[in-house]
Amino acid sequence: MSARRLSSGGSEIDRSKPVSFSFDGRRVEGFDGDTIASALLASGRRIVGRSFKYHRPRGIWGAGVEEPNALVDIERDGRSTPNARATTELARDSLVARSVNAAPDAERDRNAFLDRFSRFIPAAFYYKTFMWPDWHLFEPRIRAMAGLGTVDPDWMQDRSADQLNHHCDVLVVGAGPAGLAAAASAAAAGHSVLVVDDQSRPGGSLRHRAGEIDGRPGAQWVADTVAALEKAGVVLLSNTTAFGIYDHNLAALNQRHDDGRPDTLWRVRPKRIVLATGAIERPLPFANNDLPGILSADAALHYLKRHAVLAGERIVVAANNDSAYEVAASMAEAGAEVTLVDIRPAASASADKARVLGGRAVATAHGRNGVEGVTLDNGTRLTADCVLVSGGWTPSVHLYSQAKGKLAWRDDLAAFVPGSELDGIGTAGALAGEVALSRVLESGVAGLGQFAGKAAPPKSTGLEASLNTSAAWPKPKAKGRVWIDYQNDVTAKDVELAARENFVSVEHLKRYTTLGMATDQGKTSNLNGLALLAEATGRSIPNVGTTTYRPPFTPVPFTSLIGAKRKSLLAPVRRLPLDTVHRVQGASFREYGGWLRPAYYGAATSGSAAAIQDEARRARQSVALFDGSTLGKIEVIGPCAAEFVDFIYYNTMSTLKPGRCRYGFMLSENGVVFDDGILVRLDENRFVVSCSSSHVASVHARLEEWRQDRFGRDAVYIHNATAEYATLTVSGPNAKTLVEALGLGAALDDASLPHMAIAHGRFGGEEVRIARVSFTGDRSYEVSIRADRAEALWARMQQEGRALEAVTIGLEALMILRAEKGFIVIGKDTDGATMPQDLGVDGPRRKRVTEFVGRRSLFTEEGMRADRKQLVGLSVAEGEAPLGTGAHGIERTGGAKRSLGYVTSSYFSPTLGRPIALGLIEAGASRHGEVIDIQHLGMLRRATITAPCALDPAGDRLNG
Amino acid sequence: MQLFPCPFCGPRDEAEFHYGGEAGNLRPDGREVPAERWADYLHMRANPKGATKEIWVHMTCGEFFALARDTVTHKVAGSVSLGEAERQP
Repeated sequence: MSARRLSSGGSEIDRSKPVSFSFDGRRVEGFDGDTIASALLASGRRIVGRSFKYHRPRGIWGAGVEEPNALVDIERDGRSTPNARATTELARDSLVARSVNAAPDAERDRNAFLDRFSRFIPAAFYYKTFMWPDWHLFEPRIRAMAGLGTVDPDWMQDRSADQLNHHCDVLVVGAGPAGLAAAASAAAAGHSVLVVDDQSRPGGSLRHRAGEIDGRPGAQWVADTVAALEKAGVVLLSNTTAFGIYDHNLAALNQRHDDGRPDTLWRVRPKRIVLATGAIERPLPFANNDLPGILSADAALHYLKRHAVLAGERIVVAANNDSAYEVAASMAEAGAEVTLVDIRPAASASADKARVLGGRAVATAHGRNGVEGVTLDNGTRLTADCVLVSGGWTPSVHLYSQAKGKLAWRDDLAAFVPGSELDGIGTAGALAGEVALSRVLESGVAGLGQFAGKAAPPKSTGLEASLNTSAAWPKPKAKGRVWIDYQNDVTAKDVELAARENFVSVEHLKRYTTLGMATDQGKTSNLNGLALLAEATGRSIPNVGTTTYRPPFTPVPFTSLIGAKRKSLLAPVRRLPLDTVHRVQGASFREYGGWLRPAYYGAATSGSAAAIQDEARRARQSVALFDGSTLGKIEVIGPCAAEFVDFIYYNTMSTLKPGRCRYGFMLSENGVVFDDGILVRLDENRFVVSCSSSHVASVHARLEEWRQDRFGRDAVYIHNATAEYATLTVSGPNAKTLVEALGLGAALDDASLPHMAIAHGRFGGEEVRIARVSFTGDRSYEVSIRADRAEALWARMQQEGRALEAVTIGLEALMILRAEKGFIVIGKDTDGATMPQDLGVDGPRRKRVTEFVGRRSLFTEEGMRADRKQLVGLSVAEGEAPLGTGAHGIERTGGAKRSLGYVTSSYFSPTLGRPIALGLIEAGASRHGEVIDIQHLGMLRRATITAPCALDPAGDRLNG
Repeated sequence: MQLFPCPFCGPRDEAEFHYGGEAGNLRPDGREVPAERWADYLHMRANPKGATKEIWVHMTCGEFFALARDTVTHKVAGSVSLGEAERQP
């Protein structure tokens, strides 16, 4: 015989609404208001899961978030949730639940034999045994045999979770008597209040424990108070767990929904937090204390009063404190035969119809698949189908400790309680070690500090004034297997073993034995574990201390933490103004520095490599069109603008004439080349910094930093206009012909618009800026126009280009064109040590007299080394394939190979008809003509060091 | 998550800010600066336990400012914009 549903009672079930769900393939009947756990109990199921390591049969222990045993994998309406606690999940018609770590199911688990070998597999067995030859040989089978729930790899959350930011005066965590008293008082004082509770209804212990408040039964007071709070505009969230308190009292809440929505994450910034998180009942240490049918006494009372489920017919209540007496009396009242075994010699209270044995303790529980009886420490054997245990109460100090509160030991409670004041955080109720209901209510109001109302706290009678807890810690060398951590299968012997092997820090104990590391984070087990460690190492419990409390209090789904930041919103790509136009033109896109840009066009017919080669070849023949809109366009404006760009750039820029452009480097303070690009001087006090596409944000930030730090906000103004303009590039021998055909109204002859100069024109009604700068080495015009007017200009370019056999090129072809010229890409052809002199630009370093960023670093020992890696070209013998990018140039001294540097860019040049490459090679600038070994993926090749520029070194094509 | 007071925008979530360095790490100008001094400027930080003054930037408005805070308690004492910091002795 075991648990059963009573024919009447149950404050939270609605007998008119039956509910039926599936557990391990069998139907379970219950009522609306049942949790999975209460329905399983009511249906007489004892074994609801298998333990993590030994596959021991396990039953329901608790009634809330502390539950270590009754984990289930749940499927409902196409959603899958692993390792849900049966004690907090409501029973629902469409729900399918499966026990964890059991095959085929919890009752008939085929790995149950493992328990018989338990003596051979203590803590750290795996570390010690499967070291040789390699843990990974054993890992798959061990992982298959141990563990908890199963993740469905095919299931994917189809909706993003909501994330809310909430501001209020007072956040109350816990809607028990202390929390509700606090909320009522704060609301009466006119403060905005948010109350959260992790159960499905507010009320906490008042929903199943006796107590009178303001002359009303506890449950009635709860109903009245909740109604009054709602009327006062207080937000009350049930099924919501405050799982973390972070810096500056940011509270994080996870709200569960019953309608299929993903959980909601709340970020709450209250002015005051009242923690009324209650306390959790501990197990008692006796042999086989993990058998199904052994429950927390408070949980049994919870099931009796709320769900009308009587946990057993012949019940032994084992206790070390007064709170179990109400449980024993209630069980007896409900018709069970009850024996209360109290370790305290003089039982301090009566338990009505229950028999009380004082000064006795349970030594061993008996039974195979569930408890059948107990033996007391004097040898007396009692038959029982259920053992209810109260080993004292552990205040839920998790959030308090996360907020950096210091704990204090209370001998009378045999537990840690909050011991120091925290700014903006009050503690109340059982968390604060209060037991008497009147004190609990007072502490709720007191926890509000200055946010408390003027009215006196509610008055109450009932509930014991003190628990008179007598410590009953696990003892070393106890007989039998005494479970400390149910969920991770840690026994007293494991803790003793850790102590013996000198894992005497509580943090080491935790990691060696995995005590408290399961999904329940040791809510029922930690204190027993560290008490045993204290005993085994001859220290006091406060001396041993606790492990660090970290969020989350209970597991939070990643969906909730991620919110909308998933799929394409995780790292949104930036799109060109002409994105759709390029798509129509058949562009294949790739991501470059956060931008989605055309890599090449028309690969559908020829394949990508051929398309890129074709684009690069044709670009040199007539004219190429390229969308360069991502190029940075940061304006620097103001009376000190020239002085400012001089400081920012390695090159002197203040000598630039209005209307002209200059190429230059920006360095970091370490002297390393940070970015390169063209600076345009529009007029005396106005420049445009044209930085690399992927560096716009960081260059902008750097300009702002120096402006605010060194120049002041009245002297220079900086505006990032990158996204405001599209820049369309026309390049090639016929570039001028094409741009002339556009009719922009600007003089384009080489005298009016020479290389490195700008002109202004109009396209339709829009102003355009034409910059004659070149990244291809050919005559080029960059035409910048308002981004939203770029489409017509691009269409016109395409139209005028037809007669000239113009080619539209993607970024890949441009990469070949610039490499032919030896033009670098920062971060590709340079690394974190490349200085400007390594790139052949030594003039400013030697000649400049004004200060600039990174200057001093160019003259350090490191900057002056003769063997610095320098930019070179690398050529291979005729007919050979391109070098591998990343291949190392090597030299041999004795038998050892040493890297001289590496290949940074490598392509086949269709114009030159041979491979080209750039590289950073030690002292490379003075080694032109030298042949070196190149090693790549185990292959050795030869290459000749050349100048970086492979095509048109004289630069004739710029004006060709 | 800490709340940092941007002198321009008021208290905002720490995720909106980037660290800019220790306050008072003044830049020595010139190519003749002793190597030791330049290395101090580039690399050596006090990394104090307790009260500290740092430069932060509020990424959403672009304001660089000096923030006084405690590295142990994470208490924020206050902030001033870089211009203000110079004007105040």
